[in-house]
Amino acid sequence: MKGGSVVDYGFLEMRGICKSFSSVPVLRDIDLSLRRGEILGVIGENGAGKSTLMKILGGIHQPTSGEIRSRGQRVCFRTPAEARSGGISLIPQEFNLVKDLCVYDNVFLGAELHGPLGMLSKKQMQRRTAELLAELGTDISPTERIANLSAAQKQLVEIAKALAFEAELLIMDEPTTVLTSHEVQILFRLMRRLKERGMSIIYISHKLKEIKAICDRVLILRDGEFVCEKPTAEMSLEEMASRMVGRELSQIFPPKRLPRPDQVPALEVRNLSVRGLLRNVSFSLAPGEVLGFGGLVGAGRTEVAETIMGLRRADEGEILLSGTPLKVRFPEDAVMAGVSYLSEDRQGSGILTGFSVTENVTLVSLGSYVRSLLGGSGSFFGLLDKSRERRSASHYRDLFNIRAPSLDARLEFLSGGNQQKVSMAKSLDTHPRVFVADEPTRGIDVSAKQEMYRFIADLAESGVSCIVISSEQEELLGLCHRVVVMRDGRIAGVLEGESLTEEEIMFHATGIREEAKAG
Amino acid sequence: MNDGTRQNPPQDASENRIQRLKRIELQRYAPLFALLLLGTISAFLSPYFLQVQNLVNIFRQVSYTGIIALGMTLVIISGGIDLSVGSAAAFVGALAILTVNTPAVQALGAGTAVLLACVVAVGAGFLAGAVNGLLITKGRIAPFIVTLGTMALFRSLTLYMGNAGEFSSRNALFGDFAAGSFLLLPVPVWVFLILAALLNILLNDTKYGRHLCAVGGNEKVALYSAIDVDRIRFFTYAINGAMVGISSALLASRFNAVSSSNTGLGFELDAIAAVIIGGTAMTGGRGTVWGTVVGAVTLGVINNMLNMVGISPYLQGTVKGLVIIAAVYIQRQKN
Repeated sequence: MKGGSVVDYGFLEMRGICKSFSSVPVLRDIDLSLRRGEILGVIGENGAGKSTLMKILGGIHQPTSGEIRSRGQRVCFRTPAEARSGGISLIPQEFNLVKDLCVYDNVFLGAELHGPLGMLSKKQMQRRTAELLAELGTDISPTERIANLSAAQKQLVEIAKALAFEAELLIMDEPTTVLTSHEVQILFRLMRRLKERGMSIIYISHKLKEIKAICDRVLILRDGEFVCEKPTAEMSLEEMASRMVGRELSQIFPPKRLPRPDQVPALEVRNLSVRGLLRNVSFSLAPGEVLGFGGLVGAGRTEVAETIMGLRRADEGEILLSGTPLKVRFPEDAVMAGVSYLSEDRQGSGILTGFSVTENVTLVSLGSYVRSLLGGSGSFFGLLDKSRERRSASHYRDLFNIRAPSLDARLEFLSGGNQQKVSMAKSLDTHPRVFVADEPTRGIDVSAKQEMYRFIADLAESGVSCIVISSEQEELLGLCHRVVVMRDGRIAGVLEGESLTEEEIMFHATGIREEAKAG
Repeated sequence: MNDGTRQNPPQDASENRIQRLKRIELQRYAPLFALLLLGTISAFLSPYFLQVQNLVNIFRQVSYTGIIALGMTLVIISGGIDLSVGSAAAFVGALAILTVNTPAVQALGAGTAVLLACVVAVGAGFLAGAVNGLLITKGRIAPFIVTLGTMALFRSLTLYMGNAGEFSSRNALFGDFAAGSFLLLPVPVWVFLILAALLNILLNDTKYGRHLCAVGGNEKVALYSAIDVDRIRFFTYAINGAMVGISSALLASRFNAVSSSNTGLGFELDAIAAVIIGGTAMTGGRGTVWGTVVGAVTLGVINNMLNMVGISPYLQGTVKGLVIIAAVYIQRQKN
């Protein structure tokens, strides 16, 4: 087919796509068209149907009705392998890589190159992988194990895999959630290069700024329906947000209330060191203050939180809670002392997907629901007061506006935003004086984010001191009174007032001035 | 913030969720339906099946491994396994009989001697389980490996102590205490049912039980939720050991003897089978005690049926093996 006609037909077209799961419609009559060398942004809240639509393209789901055309030819992908041979490569949010295999094994997984006797041609695969990675401008070794790679590097391996299969359409589902802003810039440069080579990219994200920066056009979905499709240049961020949510968004961040800095610090950390991870970390937190922790992934922010919680052993240093030294040997000690942690990895260490809403909410504070039979409360084998547990869960459901079929519903049936609210309720049910929220809004939609911000602000207002660890700088700026920026396990700077800007955070996080890089 | 405009959409999704929830409820009762079906078939195959004496016999036969299966339920929910239960049963049974035969103990009177023997059995069982638990938690060794090792270890110690022969009790009362009946049901059946009720409460209504499910469901989440994961796992193996001790005391009483080579042989298979047939997930995190009771009785009914139809007892292992594999296969299909 000639170049001109490609543009006319559209490289890829989906028409009237409908999809139902056990008679419940999740996509209704969606149209999508894509040209060669174009980046299309697909946005929508959680549950809007973005991922389902992409899984139809990737051959994981079949549409209930509607058709897909590739270069004008009707196509039908019944399996991921068929989609791949049709030139479509899907990079899921959770990478599809085998941790214990090498980079090149993963790049050629399922399409290994063979020698004449059926033996693997390892040398050839390694050479080809090295070429692909060089094309992507990275020096990852083809023989490195996946487990040793950072999130950004794993993403590059996924892209290399797509190139190895000569994909013409790359679908990226929330590719930047695990990346720092510096890494995002590198990814964007790469995406632009791929686009110039004629590759089409579908880019799914919650982050509207990124959509604005990288996409040519944007497709908005809401509740499984098509809302609009426009060139990105013709849409403001506010318009995107309100069309996505279906109503005007009031100001995203609640107003900041002043903390009470004159009192004894709620939390003081002095010279905390963990070999190989943290060096001389010192900071203090006033009652009712929201203290941000910024920095690149791996700078040691989560490690600080984990050390305070007793999940890691400190080699040196002191932790004081309201002036009294805190000795933590087990996480339970920290919880009893009034510290609580909302984990960054919701599925991995935050919530139990097989447990009900109620059981998750009371998991940490379960000791306080034990009926005191012999006077002693919280005993190991005492009976649980289940009706009080339910009342508590129902309190948090109303407080946090948790949408669940029932309090007995297992968490696997809840959306990411609602799971996160349950996770928050679980951390707060211990009534902490210090609340550490690690990436509290990762992977949740705009309105749930806004709600999370309000909960944190309310909590601070009520006198609880909060630490917010975040890779989203607007979040740090919008929510926090002061921001600690970490680099390589040390505190690189503490920003407040005038100096609290995105540039300053980036400068301290990377040690590089933006101007210097530009020049 | 929470205006009415966004209330409609999630309802579609929640209907879908409710349907899925209902399906899960049905799945919970699947083991019971299977047992009822099996019972009906047996009743047609032999008129003898539904006679009270036969049903009581089935219950008595399954109660020994059934009690062990109760403890095994907790172990499997924790995400582990205990292969040592059969050997441990022989080991602690031998200790109980050695206790009852000790002249100093006999001098205390027959009743006290029997009581002491039972305490020794349960205590030694608890300790045997604690050894497993300690190696698994402090030694950080996989449960499969630890209990494979202690399985060999306990059996070998028993064989050595008994010179590969039999431990016979010289106390007649010891052979009697578990042979009696109470309200139609034999003592071991009562013990089995009472323990099941207790463990059911332990699993569903205590902090330990909830934490156990959390540890089996996702160990990292449990750790981050300030749960002492090691303590939970340790107690689980120790409780299982105590169950082995109780079962072993009843079993030793039934024969008034323990065979160092045969007692408890294959118990781990029966116990694990009962747990799996009862619907407890092999992956851990979820399970029911009453399901295990149903599973144990199902195994008993299968054996009974095979006997009545006249199938060689040597083939009963084949049937048991097939049933275990089928149960796990069905579990996989559900997910």
